[in-house]
Amino acid sequence: MVDPATGRVNRTHPQATSAMRDALRAEWTKLRTLASTYWLLVAVVVLTVGVSSAVVASSSYRTTGYQDAPKLTLTGVYLGQAVVAVLATLVVSNEYSTGMMTVTLTAIPRRLVVLGAKAAALTGLVVVAGAIAVGGSLLAGRVILPGNGFTLAHGYQLVSLGHGPTLRAAIGSVLYLVLIALLSLGIAVAIRESATSIGVVLGLLYLFPFLTQVISDPAWHRHLEQIGPMTAGLAIQATTNLQSLPISPWTGLGVLAIWAGVALVAGGILFRLRDA
Amino acid sequence: MTTPAPYRSEQPVGRDGFAQLVRAEFTKFRTVRAWVLTLGVAALLMVGFAWLTSPHVGVCVVGPESRPICSTPSVPPVPVGPGGEPVVDTFSFLRKPMIGNGSLTVEVTSLTDAVASGNGNNLGPVDQVLNPTHTDLVPWAKAGLIITQSTVQGAPYAAVMVTPSHGVRMQYDYTDDVAGLPGTVTRSSPRWLRLRRVGDVITSYDSLDATHWTKIGAANLAGLPRTVQIGLFVTSPEDNAGTTDSSASLATATFGRVRLVGDPPNSGWSGQVVGPNPESYFTLPTGRNWFKQSDGTFTVTGSGDIAPQVSGGALQGAGETTGLLASGTFGLVPVIVLATLFITSEYRRRLIRTTLIASPRRGRVLTAKAVVIGAVTFVTACIATAIAEAVSRHVLTANGNYLFPLRTLAEIRVILGTGLLFAVAAIGILGLATVLRRSAGAVATGIVLFVLPFIIGANPSSSAADWLMRVTPIAAFAVQGTLPHFAQVSDAYTWSNGYYPFGPWVGFAVLCAYAAVAFGAAMWWIQRRDV
Repeated sequence: MVDPATGRVNRTHPQATSAMRDALRAEWTKLRTLASTYWLLVAVVVLTVGVSSAVVASSSYRTTGYQDAPKLTLTGVYLGQAVVAVLATLVVSNEYSTGMMTVTLTAIPRRLVVLGAKAAALTGLVVVAGAIAVGGSLLAGRVILPGNGFTLAHGYQLVSLGHGPTLRAAIGSVLYLVLIALLSLGIAVAIRESATSIGVVLGLLYLFPFLTQVISDPAWHRHLEQIGPMTAGLAIQATTNLQSLPISPWTGLGVLAIWAGVALVAGGILFRLRDA
Repeated sequence: MTTPAPYRSEQPVGRDGFAQLVRAEFTKFRTVRAWVLTLGVAALLMVGFAWLTSPHVGVCVVGPESRPICSTPSVPPVPVGPGGEPVVDTFSFLRKPMIGNGSLTVEVTSLTDAVASGNGNNLGPVDQVLNPTHTDLVPWAKAGLIITQSTVQGAPYAAVMVTPSHGVRMQYDYTDDVAGLPGTVTRSSPRWLRLRRVGDVITSYDSLDATHWTKIGAANLAGLPRTVQIGLFVTSPEDNAGTTDSSASLATATFGRVRLVGDPPNSGWSGQVVGPNPESYFTLPTGRNWFKQSDGTFTVTGSGDIAPQVSGGALQGAGETTGLLASGTFGLVPVIVLATLFITSEYRRRLIRTTLIASPRRGRVLTAKAVVIGAVTFVTACIATAIAEAVSRHVLTANGNYLFPLRTLAEIRVILGTGLLFAVAAIGILGLATVLRRSAGAVATGIVLFVLPFIIGANPSSSAADWLMRVTPIAAFAVQGTLPHFAQVSDAYTWSNGYYPFGPWVGFAVLCAYAAVAFGAAMWWIQRRDV
């Protein structure tokens, strides 16, 4: 097509920004038209709120020492993150298994743009689902906990977002889920095959909290909690007794952000270097 | 012109048996290099985790500035009972030698957590007398009569006793326990106890009024010498139940109307604290008389126990179990991926069509796959567990930890049981992946089911651990449980101490139920869906 004013060939999308916009739109269309996306997002919310409610319902204030009620309320994130990881992995590995990736890369040959668009679309979805899941969990805690003795008389405030540290835990948990999605995305781009990707992602996430339980040496225990993506990242859920944490809340989330960043960069490099 | 004869292959007709199918599936498995490698990774993870998690069993406390202070693990010599089992044998003993047959009868009028103070028999609260870390009277404090071969720890014995929460009991040779009269001892409701020796047989009786006697039980202590030690004893175990910390306890009993029928008739009583073990029990301070006598009434204070050893108390025997648990759990992650890929990659590469053209009976194909994946994971897990266990025991012993003696049969059960756990888990995941036909869901479900319960269950503020160990497939890890468990020893029988709520095969049955449902669904769906 020739632009009559300048007489030069007008390529459809000359700017990088509009290339990004189109890629984002393409990714968004792919995500939103898949039935599995919808079901996985519902699963994130249902499983997170479900596990949180179950744990809260089986807790009692009597057991040893003061407990972090908001953190207890957000336990469902342990399971919710697995579904987020599946969602994020499928964004890439599904395209490889169906051969869709060649079509995507034919349409948008700039691979980092594709990866960026995927990350952005995924982030949007996880923020929404995560916010609903976290909000639902906190609501469950607010309703159930007073019945189990978590009352003012025993030194427990009602779980509320008006409480600064609880707000930090809530927002942080949503951010945590987003970072887990990005970490999974990076690993999936590097591995390309869904079974192995999910095995690696979940293995990596659950490895550290599991190890910290079976290793009783406190020094090792502390270091593992500081470097593990899940153990460090979930420090953001703590609302009381922050001095005793192996890592402070925001630093912990930062550690997870580093994991996610490294995974995305490694995935991006491999994505550029390899044939699809 | 003749029509040419139609072409007939020279190849002999192949056999279409189940064995051929299994061979075909095994060929598929072993020719994918990444899968064989994954199996190797699983084995390496198992041995590696056993090594990594075994050494750190020392006792540690958090010191100033959250710095851990760890004592070098050292285990005091553990007495061994007549059956070869590790035992606790510490008690206050007011004794006499007795030659030949005879009997001892006594009235127990009180059992409290107070200790005798002053010169008389005034009882004061224990805190005012001394300041040990003590708890109230524990459910299994014991006071009564005992006949023992000697005062050496671990000697054969038979005893009859009152307890605060479990009524009258007859116990002998550490592991045996028979219930007598129920209820608590008070001054208004005393208990009469009698212990009689005839040859090697020791019989116990109890009564509420010294008139109507009931036989509780009889113990045959083969090889009991002619002269034995007979007398009154009091002991009180650590309070371990439900907590991770343990604290020593004391108990004091009052005995009256002691009557010994036997030889020699008129020797005096001598008090002795048998085998005080400073590492594990509150040691009765010296310079205080723990045995008091006035007007035929005896007051005895004791601390310790006469019982089999269990984990979680003085001996942290859970170390080995923990190592094996970590080994098994993380070995499962690659196995879950493998079992999933074994079927989903057929769908992804369309090989399933070829497979089903060659062998159209789908149920048989799936069964052959289950046989192959089950067999390879079973063999791998058995070998890896055997090595992991040896590594774990070696490292623990080298670090000075106490290891509970492991019977060969239990050892074989741990190894084969873990192998079966892997095989059944792999078959269940294969079924799940066949139903879903997608890798992502199957792998995520598998890992979440087998790893997450351990993490959520570890939250100390929630009672989740116990029921997660019953309702999720990890119940099968009970096949690795080897630590002794006794109803008459109150202890924290939790999985962090190496105990499982179910017995080995009941726990394994829970996993089998899950796998049966998944595999059954797969058999149903694979025959009713187009590929």
